[in-house]
Amino acid sequence: MSYDYEKSIRPGKLPHIWCPGCGHGIVMKGLIRAMDTCGLDRTNTAIVSGIGCASRLPGYLDACTLHTAHGRAAAFATGVKMAKPSMNVIVCGGDGDGTAIGGNHFIHACRRNIDMTYVVMNNFIYGMTGGQFSPCTPTGAKASTTPYGNPDPVFDISKLAIGAGATFVARTTAAHPREIDKLITMGIKHKGMAIIEVLDDCPTTYGRRNKFRSVVDMMKHLKANAVPAVAAAKMTAEQLQGKFLTGVLFQEERPEYTAQYAEVIKRAQGA
Amino acid sequence: MSSARLEVIERNCKGCSICVEFCPKNVLEMDMFLVKVARPEDCIKCMQCELLCPDFAIKVHDA
Repeated sequence: MSYDYEKSIRPGKLPHIWCPGCGHGIVMKGLIRAMDTCGLDRTNTAIVSGIGCASRLPGYLDACTLHTAHGRAAAFATGVKMAKPSMNVIVCGGDGDGTAIGGNHFIHACRRNIDMTYVVMNNFIYGMTGGQFSPCTPTGAKASTTPYGNPDPVFDISKLAIGAGATFVARTTAAHPREIDKLITMGIKHKGMAIIEVLDDCPTTYGRRNKFRSVVDMMKHLKANAVPAVAAAKMTAEQLQGKFLTGVLFQEERPEYTAQYAEVIKRAQGA
Repeated sequence: MSSARLEVIERNCKGCSICVEFCPKNVLEMDMFLVKVARPEDCIKCMQCELLCPDFAIKVHDA
């Protein structure tokens, strides 16, 4: 009945470092279930991350893990995949790590359509460094560096990924745990770049500054404002104000990068 | 329906109260910043508490 997560976690690593109620733990559970569903061999699975709260995730998992420089997770993961294309590569990271410091690596990994799964845990803020605003902090929201409200427009990670050329883009929230592992499973099985954006809660540095009185308030907010992409097609722009679409947002088939590169090697050796 | 046995791993629980709030049958309660299984006989094994616990601190077993 209960799920055996402990077999996938390094011994002695729990309790983890995340704050009480942080959604990253829920995402980690979803990732473990998805890896089990896909039957991934842990000795042939690389989990790569950069720096940040979300990037602590690989440290807990019993697999081949790589904790790299800030924002450079996609670059390191590309290296791993090019060196050993048979390896399953999963990248984990936060919104700041993926779209600000690592924005360039993120879009070019999407453009190449290299076969990896990138789980972006979007908690709307830089948590670990003290609650500075990130490109995903909602306009008007308060952060430690925007005490009078954030004037910047928001980066939509899923639209960015679609625009940059990722071939599988999906979004869900930490309040929808079954959907997390369903979408990550689809992403792992997809041949090409899969971006799974998980909207997350940060009660410590985001919630308490933005009138969310508790973790539960944040989870209820995520639950109440998530609209499945299928249902959203029948809704007006007014009804969709302030909502976020969930589910598979984009999917297409396009030549995968490591396969294309193998062709280049073949041509070069034949010449 | 066979009854359930809920296990709280106190070492892992940080008392965020997500499981208490999202339990549809009001089985759990907060007790001194930790979760307490107050009414295990009401559990319908929907697994919401186990799925939503970020801290790997609650498990639903078949009794």
